[in-house]
Amino acid sequence: METKFIYRQLQGDEKKYYFLLCLVGLVVLIGAISAYYMETNGHHVTGMNNHVVWGMPHVFAIFLIIAASGALNVASISSVFGKTLYKPLARLSGLLSIALLVGGLVVLVLDLGRPDRLIVAMTTYNFKSIFAWNIYLYTGFLAIVVIYLWMMLERRMNHLTKTVGIVAFIWRLALTTGTGSIFGFLVARQSYDAAVFAPLFIAMSLSLGLAVFIVILAIASAADNRPLGAYIVTNLGKLLGIFVAAVLYFVLVQHLTNLYATEHHGVELFILLEGGIYTGLFWVVQITIGGILPLFLLLYPRLGNVKLNIYLAAGCVIIGSFAQLYVIIIGGQAYPLVLFPGMEVTSSFFDGVVRSYSPSLPEILLGIGGVSVAVLIIMIGLKALRFLPTSLEDSTTDPDFESVT
Amino acid sequence: MMDKNVGALDDTGTARRKFLAGIAGAAGLSIAPGVALFSFAEAKDKTGPVSSKVRWGMLIDTLKCADGCNDCVSACFKENGIGSTGRPDTDPQWIRKIEIRNPKTDREISLPMMCQHCADPPCVDVCPTGASFKRADGIVLVDKHTCIGCRYCMMACPYQARSFVHENLTNQKTDVPRGKGTVESCTLCVHRVDKGGTPACAEACSDTAGKAILFGDLNDPKSEISKRVGKFASHQVRSDLGLDPGVRYRGI
Repeated sequence: METKFIYRQLQGDEKKYYFLLCLVGLVVLIGAISAYYMETNGHHVTGMNNHVVWGMPHVFAIFLIIAASGALNVASISSVFGKTLYKPLARLSGLLSIALLVGGLVVLVLDLGRPDRLIVAMTTYNFKSIFAWNIYLYTGFLAIVVIYLWMMLERRMNHLTKTVGIVAFIWRLALTTGTGSIFGFLVARQSYDAAVFAPLFIAMSLSLGLAVFIVILAIASAADNRPLGAYIVTNLGKLLGIFVAAVLYFVLVQHLTNLYATEHHGVELFILLEGGIYTGLFWVVQITIGGILPLFLLLYPRLGNVKLNIYLAAGCVIIGSFAQLYVIIIGGQAYPLVLFPGMEVTSSFFDGVVRSYSPSLPEILLGIGGVSVAVLIIMIGLKALRFLPTSLEDSTTDPDFESVT
Repeated sequence: MMDKNVGALDDTGTARRKFLAGIAGAAGLSIAPGVALFSFAEAKDKTGPVSSKVRWGMLIDTLKCADGCNDCVSACFKENGIGSTGRPDTDPQWIRKIEIRNPKTDREISLPMMCQHCADPPCVDVCPTGASFKRADGIVLVDKHTCIGCRYCMMACPYQARSFVHENLTNQKTDVPRGKGTVESCTLCVHRVDKGGTPACAEACSDTAGKAILFGDLNDPKSEISKRVGKFASHQVRSDLGLDPGVRYRGI
């Protein structure tokens, strides 16, 4: 059964739409002002310092970047793996991945010490650096997804959708491998320097990207009064359940490997037991709220069939992923570098001491600004082009629907 | 007629010669400053180009390094124009003293820690723009013009030797240019070394304290540092990483 879906721009209350658009634009503006404030005063107005060198902006940026690569997965499942149920969602999937990536990159660039030298970063490369690779991976991803969307939106080009979809799928795996390897390739730090970061980040991207996709789909459908049936939502929910389980698996592998090696006992003790805020975030937010609770909501027989539970689980996954990145990025830096194993060290530069980090308002606002950039692009995209099908009722998506009624 | 003609020719010839001389003079005048500037710029390099035949390094004898002595740190800060802003978390620290205690034996030592000028520096590996670089003579530096301030090198450095300039700078030393929003670290006082001098920390330590810091060419078998490294056991911090730092420690 091949259903023809009709895609339309947002058609709801214009006044409400533009009011909301201005509101989001205002948050973007506040983010921009924060970035300007940070650049003119120098980074001492942030919570970052010479020990915790990457802070809240990086948590937000990497959160958005891995969500971007994961959000594209819905389109990949449709065009690469041929699952027709997801075909009506593929366009939105492409839009989200572009929007989220742009949002993330904006934060990353504006946090640089010299954002005015972006042109240097785009023209001078050291190809041994995974960062230099990432510049290509990110810009290439944007270009490929734009072409991918073109293939999907333009009927005459539809026949090329699968080919471009395969390229996009491979590219997104490379992209997240690159993002995970930013940490995986850091030989100096106890909490990084592990190959598992690449697959862990891919699993995180699948789970976070899908969670963001579900939430945006639900909000956009509700705001524009478009029916969204339980069949497609619960189907996405089951997939999310598998991705959440995959993340938990890789987290288990990450920590078990470290626990086996005596040299890493210190950092494991820090994250798992004695790290204060990081230990709390790990067990309560990342594992319980972001892992076990959504797993229960999504996969427990009767709960997983209720749309609201899927939305709730998706929200939990988003919060949990944010906490996970906070623990990885900030927690990993807060733990002191070990220069002299087995020794007690002190210095005027805080050697041997767990570093404190409290994010300041400007850097949080910059991060939120990046999220707002993504939201702004999604809102404009949905209004300008035909990304969203008019209906995703069970009657249009569920192949067994007729026999049920 | 003939004479007249010759005279006319002579006049023309003289005029031409004058004209040519004038042109040559004007041309000379216009390019002279450029040539002079070029030769000044060339003249700066008194010791010739940096060569990989040299490997600058340091041997730090922790047995001589006095607990509580901060002379090397003060000398470095003075030499390089580094001041405190009263915010220790974000203040630059190109060199610091670390006090180390073995909890099992109660043995205590003190040593200075700075950029170790690795032969295979991770900061250079990770730098996306190539701003972090290693000179042929082993000195690891940051090009202030291409550093974008991403701080990936600070994440990658095993010695926490790098600082980020967190705020506006005033009263910079002309020999040591720095820049807000870029990363910096010990330059091994490259401005002194290139003129045949020694780093300020090594000089300060030999003047007052126990002569714990020895600077020299690790590749030159006749140098004092090579002789001592050859004679006594020395250690590279985090030698497990295989980075081959140019700074060696004795007694740790």
